[in-house]
Amino acid sequence: MTPLVAVANLRVSFRLGRERTLEAVRGVSFDIRQDATLALVGESGSGKTVSAMSILRLLPENAIVDPASRIVYGGENLLAAPPGRLRALRGREISAVFQEPMSSLNPVLTVGEQVAEVLRLHRRMAPRQALERAAELLAEVGIPEPRARLRAYPHELSGGQQQRVMIAMAIANEPKLLIADEPTTALDVTVQRQVLELIARLRERHRMSVLFISHDLGLVGEIADDVVVMREGEVRESGPTERIFSAPQDPYTRALLACRPRLDARPRRLPVIDDFMRGGATTGTTLERPPASANLIEAKHLRKEFRLRIGWFASRSLHAVRDVSFGISRGRTVGLVGESGSGKTTVAMLVMRLLEASGGEARLEDTDLLRLSPAQMMAFRRRIQIVFQNPYASLNPRLSIGRSLMEPMRIHRLGADDAERVEQARRLLQRVGLPQDAMHRYPHEFSGGQRQRIAIARALAVEPEVLICDEPVSALDVSVQATVLNLLLDLQEERGLAYLFISHDLAVVKYMSDEVLVMREGEVVERGAPEAIYRDPQHEYTRKLLAAIPRGLARAESP
Amino acid sequence: METLWSRLRQDRIGTISLGIVLAYLALILAAALGLVSAGWNREVGLPYATPSLLGVQPSLEAALPAGAARPRGTSPDLSAVDPLAPKYAEWARRTAELEVSEPERSATLPWGGDRWGRDVLDKAVKGSQVSIAVGVAAALFATLIGTLLGAFAGFYGGKTNDFLEWLYNVFTSVPGILLVFALAAVLRSGGLSKVFASGIWMVVIILAVTGWTGMYRLVRAEYMKHRSREYVLAAQAIGASAGSRMFVHILPNVGHVILVQLSLLVVAFIKVEVILSFLGLGVPVDMVSWGTMLSEAQTELVIGKWWQLAAATVFMAVFLTAFSMLTDSLRDALDPKLR
Repeated sequence: MTPLVAVANLRVSFRLGRERTLEAVRGVSFDIRQDATLALVGESGSGKTVSAMSILRLLPENAIVDPASRIVYGGENLLAAPPGRLRALRGREISAVFQEPMSSLNPVLTVGEQVAEVLRLHRRMAPRQALERAAELLAEVGIPEPRARLRAYPHELSGGQQQRVMIAMAIANEPKLLIADEPTTALDVTVQRQVLELIARLRERHRMSVLFISHDLGLVGEIADDVVVMREGEVRESGPTERIFSAPQDPYTRALLACRPRLDARPRRLPVIDDFMRGGATTGTTLERPPASANLIEAKHLRKEFRLRIGWFASRSLHAVRDVSFGISRGRTVGLVGESGSGKTTVAMLVMRLLEASGGEARLEDTDLLRLSPAQMMAFRRRIQIVFQNPYASLNPRLSIGRSLMEPMRIHRLGADDAERVEQARRLLQRVGLPQDAMHRYPHEFSGGQRQRIAIARALAVEPEVLICDEPVSALDVSVQATVLNLLLDLQEERGLAYLFISHDLAVVKYMSDEVLVMREGEVVERGAPEAIYRDPQHEYTRKLLAAIPRGLARAESP
Repeated sequence: METLWSRLRQDRIGTISLGIVLAYLALILAAALGLVSAGWNREVGLPYATPSLLGVQPSLEAALPAGAARPRGTSPDLSAVDPLAPKYAEWARRTAELEVSEPERSATLPWGGDRWGRDVLDKAVKGSQVSIAVGVAAALFATLIGTLLGAFAGFYGGKTNDFLEWLYNVFTSVPGILLVFALAAVLRSGGLSKVFASGIWMVVIILAVTGWTGMYRLVRAEYMKHRSREYVLAAQAIGASAGSRMFVHILPNVGHVILVQLSLLVVAFIKVEVILSFLGLGVPVDMVSWGTMLSEAQTELVIGKWWQLAAATVFMAVFLTAFSMLTDSLRDALDPKLR
């Protein structure tokens, strides 16, 4: 059977400045079979999105496609097709779903108008008829009360529902190929599972093909028939999913399979890509944790209410955090897990005094941080530090790395003079595994993983005792996550740091923590040792979270 | 700073604009020190002397038939009834004692002459000094006020914001030109009139006090956006004070907005100075600016003397264009992302 789309020897480069070009995709070939799902897997910068978007030619202005490349769809080379032909194909025969549903939907148009627009453009349906059909489509993608939802604006829907609307728009014209570019990366794990199932179900019902792009090989195993593993613009390995998972040939594929923390094992350090590329040195020992001792930091009955004004005089209070308590001793980690909106980041903000608590206390040894004046708190900021989720937003883009690292030392008068501080900053950079010349460079010159290392180095600059990690690896590729987690473990062993580790990923929290708190809607619904929670979850919500973790192929998981 | 310079040099338009702006600054400096155009006020040419390029043009008087200008006949003797008659001899004697010298007036000047025969090129150079000084100084003042107030309102919010918004509303609710008149009246005749005797400072103050509002709104909005960004929270977490967060962390990140607005303000203020001078509220009559030149040009144009208008316009257009281009390039050069 001829493939639906055949990509042959695709080369795409980008013009940067007057003479420099960057080769993003170097000779990639793959076939998308009819009525099947092909997954493109790779880290950010591997060229997977560029390869996929070349099919629709949705590329930036400065992209240059090599004339020898071919993308054949229905006997026609799409790379040579005129713009009018491509416009006719887009959204009708080939459609796309993107990563960020919030920014892909137009915020000032209702959901119904947006879905109906696709139908009117390509099918020339009458407005009334298009709205009818839009309601059917919304029902098909599993949105409750579709008729009422036609008049809703995007911000009135949750992230998962927004992504469902995007999918409804993409399948509106019954396309032959759906390109899904990391459609679940911005979503919570439980929602991710539902969206994956929806895509699989729709693919079967409409007998279309799906090109699924992801950085997470474990996720892909659940949905794809064929997998193409990409790295640095080249295909490392491709084949049927079963083969890739059961007998991976390329060391890079093996590394991708191994670097996600597993629920059933706890190695001393997570295997990282470099181990495999150099020839595979896996750590056999299991992670040893220090025993619990006196609490270094202790939170009791933390509470936070936000008052929302809903009229001229009336207001309603929103309980973001209700009655959260925990204690962490030196060298140990407490994990906080929950979906977005569960209040876990608010807990971090309360302990850091970046938000004022409505009640409760947070004691660092004998001092209640919540009762300190801002001036008194200044001294304590040295002892308790935070690493934020998004390394792209948490570093000041206008400060060089050196200045970012030296600022906390200057504020707290650490080091005798600037020369000493420069020396200390260099040591920190070396410790987190960055080159020395990083001192004079700016954040945008670094990758996400490197930036998160810089953020960690900055937090360590004041030699804190407590480090709050607010989703430190959530914005990173799976393959980079392992290196950052390993770094955090190394630092904890060296310096006896107490960690409050926050994540929506139960597998990561389980690997890192000595005690796990499961949060939902501001409340702790379950707490205990990570093994116990994994083996015998008590609360229904915990079970749901566990079930949502991607496991790759069931066969590959079992020992 | 080194990198800023090297990056600006890579930008061809930026370098050219910088050259032009620097040339203007040199010219202004030279004019201020009296090296060039010190004698702009001297009447060195015939009234409306033509530009040298055009050559001597027949004057209006030469066009009249000979003798047509003088009435014929003798005037009647009025000494019997004229009470001043005895003084005439005295005056005539005293007049004879004074030496009157009519300066050498040339028929053409490099860029023509004005109604009094003053050199238009000299006037344009001297006018640049006044206009640019007023425009840039007022824009800097307005930027300072707008940025400070905007930073406080946006960063702190709450009561501070309410108060500053109220202030902003007061300033914007009065029609702009009325506010300028009111301020001019207060500064000219009130107790402050002695402080601003020099005139040019008065214009600067008037422009700055009425012109900060747009900058304030922009900066306030930027600060509201940035104050809850993670990098600002991160700075708070390491113990950075509010002042440091406002001016060390956020300010460089909103600097491009301020720079662009600053360049627009310079352009706008130079134009407003023109209007003020035209209305007689601008620079004093013993000074020259592009504004006073333009207001003179209005009557000259009717009789076909276009060169003063051309001089002021060319000087102004070149400077304003170069200045806008320079701020654009500067903004790009300051942005680490474009490196």
